[in-house]
Formats: sequence, structure tokens, C-alpha cells
Amino acid sequence: MSEAVEQAVRVRRAGATRRRLHRLDAVVSPYLYVGSFFVVFCAFGLFPLGYTAWMSLTDRNLLNPTTHFVGLDNYTALIHDSYFWNAVENTLGIWVLSTVPQLVLALVFAHFLNTRLRARTFFRMSVLLPQVTSVVAVALIFTQLFSRDYGLFNWMLGGIGISPVDWEAGRFSSWVAISTMVTWRWTGYNALLYLAAMQAIPDDLYESAAIDGARKWKQFWYITVPMIRPTIIFTVIISTIGGLQLFTEPYLFEPIKQGALGGSARQYQTVAMYLYEKSFGTTQFKFGYAAAIAWSLFLIIVLISLVNFLLVRRIRSAEA
Amino acid sequence: MKWIQTGRRWKALAVVGGVTAAVAVGLVATTASARSHDVTLNVSLFGDFGYHELYKQYEAAHPGVTIKEAIQSYADHHTQLAQHIATGAGAADVEAIEVGFIPIYTAQSQNFVDLRQYGASTLKNLYLPWKFQQAVGKGGTVVGLGTDVGSLAICYRKDLFAKAGLPTSRAKLAKLWPSWQAYLNVAKRYQAKAPKGTYFFDSGSNLYNAMAGQLNPLYYDAKGNVIVATNPKIKAAYNLVISGVQAGADAGLNPFTPEWNTGYKKGVFATVTCPAWMMGYIQGQAPKTKGKWDIAATPGTGGNWGGSFLAVPKQSSHQAEAADLVKFLTSPASLAYIFKQTGNLPSQTAVLKSAPVQNFKNPFFSNAPVGQIFANSALRLKPQIIGPHQGDYQNLINNAFQRVEKHQSGPVKSWAQFLKDAKAVS
Repeated sequence: MSEAVEQAVRVRRAGATRRRLHRLDAVVSPYLYVGSFFVVFCAFGLFPLGYTAWMSLTDRNLLNPTTHFVGLDNYTALIHDSYFWNAVENTLGIWVLSTVPQLVLALVFAHFLNTRLRARTFFRMSVLLPQVTSVVAVALIFTQLFSRDYGLFNWMLGGIGISPVDWEAGRFSSWVAISTMVTWRWTGYNALLYLAAMQAIPDDLYESAAIDGARKWKQFWYITVPMIRPTIIFTVIISTIGGLQLFTEPYLFEPIKQGALGGSARQYQTVAMYLYEKSFGTTQFKFGYAAAIAWSLFLIIVLISLVNFLLVRRIRSAEA
Repeated sequence: MKWIQTGRRWKALAVVGGVTAAVAVGLVATTASARSHDVTLNVSLFGDFGYHELYKQYEAAHPGVTIKEAIQSYADHHTQLAQHIATGAGAADVEAIEVGFIPIYTAQSQNFVDLRQYGASTLKNLYLPWKFQQAVGKGGTVVGLGTDVGSLAICYRKDLFAKAGLPTSRAKLAKLWPSWQAYLNVAKRYQAKAPKGTYFFDSGSNLYNAMAGQLNPLYYDAKGNVIVATNPKIKAAYNLVISGVQAGADAGLNPFTPEWNTGYKKGVFATVTCPAWMMGYIQGQAPKTKGKWDIAATPGTGGNWGGSFLAVPKQSSHQAEAADLVKFLTSPASLAYIFKQTGNLPSQTAVLKSAPVQNFKNPFFSNAPVGQIFANSALRLKPQIIGPHQGDYQNLINNAFQRVEKHQSGPVKSWAQFLKDAKAVS
């Protein structure tokens, strides 16, 4: 073979290798890129989820070295556990009391932030301030504000002639107090999400509506809300998940930590707190049972998110 | 752990280098051998035990030993201890365990160093017998050594008593309330002429805690069975406390909350059941009430509320050194020192009877002979059988009183819920 031919073959071979590598790259690389996420997700998301499911079928106790498989016993016990249902009720109550005002307020804020305001950036940044505050600080400050004897809220109520409320002791009143903390913290965050969505609505929609004689309120209801529907669905789902997992605010609201009981009559014990009570809160360390609570909570969240999704989807969409 | 080891290797290198250099100039490096025994001992406590000076003493006497202390809240400390013991990692070399939690760990003594290996058996006779016994596990294993006992007395506000027309001398009051029933009779007398906005006692739960400390059996019988629902003495104590609540003698403040602390400052309640460690608490919360307080003997015979132990988990990599530190911190001299420092009462008989403790008077409490009052109360107490969920039952019945105080439910319903709660824990 002449040298020229040899070189041509070499080049072609190299080209073939490179092409094969290129094809491999095109096929494999995307998996590698998303792979790093999935490795982390499997280690810290999927594995704990599966392991908790397994644990919920055993009588695992942190202080007991031997573990037995007990089948669905934990779940059967849970269904008959009135404290679990009490916790579910508290969680749903607090969730409704916090999520509804939170999202409605956020919508209103976003609407005003979207109009021509002086110092608009300042206001837009300000609504996010509660979000960057530590949740522990929020809970501690609000707990003081809601204190029975020396709290600011009771002092203000006293100013208009209403006798002081023992916020922590009552069921409904403690729900209101906790919901206030949650609302205060998350309204701004949701408002910014809505604002971003509102800015993507084309101006000509409003202009033509105005020409047709639609007032501001009608414009808001028939243009703004339908146009930001996907964002509303997103915020509803996210706050459902967050609200049903509520733990820190009610946990810190307790005057003394006795194992996350949620008050002396369990008046504001959420499901997450009940989970904590059974696992770490007292000297019970019933991990099997706590795992069953965790999975039940997961199923409840899936169920309610689904219902919410179906409900919110009924908002008249922009295309309709 | 890893970091310490690398650190040590560097130190060893430095020492080797130093020795070589010293030899080169013809000097003898005498400290090099001591350096290779460097040990850091971690001590994990809840609240301040007043050990700082003692650490310094110990470190001075044991070159190469460094002591690091970590302090957490009562609840957090014990939760984390359980996690560390269960997972076999993360525990300190010396762990404090409160009496409410010690039965859990005596039941699994395999996780702790048996302090008999380090001469705990010879220390047995020093202790109040029941105190030593509380930390003894399966087969006589000694899981921990006692630090303090709570003991019990009544702290009262002389000024409020005088205004309500009651005697103010501690001797007279001790005679006036030989029993808890008599104490509640005094409560009614006080309330009849009480200064406006004041109550005889702070909370139902604290009153109950004091009564419960004198009962034996309480929650567990001699065989270790739970008798919460069947022990008539618990129900009787509950009813007695409730009678005081219903007589309006109860301030209804939740103990250890900001409201309760403010109650001390404002003088909202005239008496509080007082373990020795409470003295320090009152002084810290209401320093301006100095001289208005006095201390009288408790109703009933003796009493105890609280008290702790020091233990060495098996996970510790310096078991011998840690056990030695525990022995030092619980030595008679250390206990006597701590008593003067913080008011925590020694748990050893000889120390309780010693002149420095017996003669100790507390100026904050009108120079009451607190050493004598608390020591005698501790010496007279009859031991109580304790079990794994002791602390839980105590918390749960405290909640029962709060439900009544906050009008969340009536006494009968609240008791029923307590029984239900107690059943769920076991």
C-alpha cells in the first residue's frame, strides 16, 4: 500500500471512531446530566421513602434491638387512633385557615404591585422580606405577640374593649394564631409568583376589554385570573403540600416542649407533630408506627392535591 | 473524629521533629512523652451544672486532658441521647441523664460502660441507697453515678403571707402543714384574705409533682408493671390538687414558661414547691425579690423532684479517662462545691450530713438554713420504684392539670384523657 492510501484509511478509521463516540455522546450524555440529580434523589428521596414504607410494616423501636414484621398492624391501629384523626383535623383546619387568606391576599398584592406605583421595586422586594426571615424567629416573635397576659394582640383587643383571648389554650384560637404565622411568611412569596405571571399577560387584552367597556374588576376577574391559571394551580399544590406538612410553627408555639403534643389538650397537634411525638417526642421511639403515620400523611397529601387540582382546573382557562 | 486523628498525627510529627531538634542541641525533651497521651473528653449536659472550675482543676491535675462541654435544653439533650445510643454513634464521652430517663438506659445497660470496672462498687456506700440503685441495670451493672438529688421544701413569700394574716416563721408553717391536706387548708385561708391578684400556689402540676415524689409505689409496682390506672394514690393526689384548683388558690401558670417566670417577678403566687435546684432558678428569674422569700419544710415526709446521673456510653473511645472524670465530678468534694455554687443538692449521705452543707444558709431566702432543710428532706425520703416511661407519665398528668386550669375540660374528663394518654405511651 502506498503511504497516501494508508493515511486515508487511518483518517477514515479515526473518523469512524469519532463518529461512534459522538453518537455515544448524544445517547449517553443526557442521562449523565440528569443522572447526578437522580443519584442524589435515589439516595435521599427514593430510598428513605421505600425504607419508611418497609419500616411501617414492622414494630421497629429505636431503643429495641430486635424488629419484627407485623404486616398492616400499624395502619389498622392508626385508623382506630383518635389522636391521629385529631391531628388530621387540626392540620386541615390550620391549612384552610392559612392557605385561603394567603393566596387571596397574594393575588391582591400582586395586582397592586402590577400597577404603576411609586417605588415599585421597593414594594416588590418588601413583600419577600418575611420569606427570608428564619421560621424560628417568626414563630418565637408571634408566640410572644399571641401571649395571653402580655401579648400585643390581646393588648390591642383590650383597646377596643374585647377581653383577652387565651390564644394558645383554645382550639380555634390557636389555629388562628398559627395560621397567621404561616400567612405572614408565605403571602409575599406567592404574590411574586402571581406578579411574574401577570406581567406575561399581553396589554392589548386589557386595552380591548377597556374599549368594550369592561371595568377594572371585570378585567381582573375575566382576564387576569384565567391568564395566570397555571400559576394558581402551582401555588395551590405547593401550599397544600407545605400546609399539610406543617410542623415548625405549631411546634415552637408550644409553651414548653413536652414532646410535640400540640398543647395540653392536643388542640393544635398536626400530623407531622404526631409523627414526631411517636418517634422522638417522648420516650416511646415507636419508629414503625411513626413510619405508618408518615405514609398516611403522604397519601393524604396526594389525595388532597388531586382534589385541589381538579377543582382549580375548573377556573375558566384563557383558551375557553 | 477523623479530624482529631489527623490533628494528632500532625502533632506527633511536630513532636518527633521537636525531639530531634532538642537532641541535636543536646537537650532532653521531657514533655514529649506526655504529649502523646492527649485526650479530648466531651461532656454533654442539659442546663449548667456549674462544672467550669472543676474542669480547670481536673485539666491541671491531668496534663494532656482537654474537656469540652456542650449544653442543651432538657428535652433536646435527652432526645439526642436516645438517637445517639440507638444508632451507636454521636454520643459524648460523658453524658448527663436525668432521673426521669435513667430507667430507659438501665434497661439497656449493654450500651454503657459498667462503672464497676472503675471501682463504682466501692462508692456505693457513699450514696443515698435509693439514688445509687436508680442507675443499676441488669445483673448489677452500674450505668451511671449520681450527681444531685432534688429533695423538696416549700419556698414561700413572707410578705404575701403577712398580708393575708398567716404566720410567717418557717417553724410555725412546718407545723401548720404536716400533710398536703393541711397545706391545702392553709391555701384556702390564704385565699380568703389574699392580696388582690395573688394565689397560694403557682400551678397544679408543680403541686402534684411534689406529692408524687413521696408516693411509693407510684407508676410502677415492684415487679415493674405499670399501675398508672390502678394505683388509688395517684387518683387521690389528683383529686386533692384539683380541690385546690377549684378553690381558686391556683395561679394556673404553666411551669417554665415566660408567664411563670413573670409570675415570680410580679409575686403572683405565694408558694411554690421547691426542689433544691429551684433556688437558683428563682434567684435568676426574680433577683429583686431577695429577702422576701423564705423556705419551710415540705408537707409529708421527705421528698424528691429531679436529680441526675453521669454515664459513659460504650461508644466512647476514651472510656477509662471518661470514667475517671465522672468519678471526679461526683466525688464528695465536687458535690459539696457544686451545692454552694448552684444549690444542687449532693446525693451522698456523708456530704449531706457534713458541716458545710448542714450549716449553709441562703441570704436570698431570708438566711433560711437551706442546707439543713433540704438535706434532711432528702435523707428522710423513702425510695420510689421507677420505670422506663416515668418522665412521660409525669408530663401527661401535668397536661391533665393544665386542661382543667385552662378550662379545656373538666376534672373527670381530663383524668380520663390522662389514662388514655398513659396507655398509648406504654
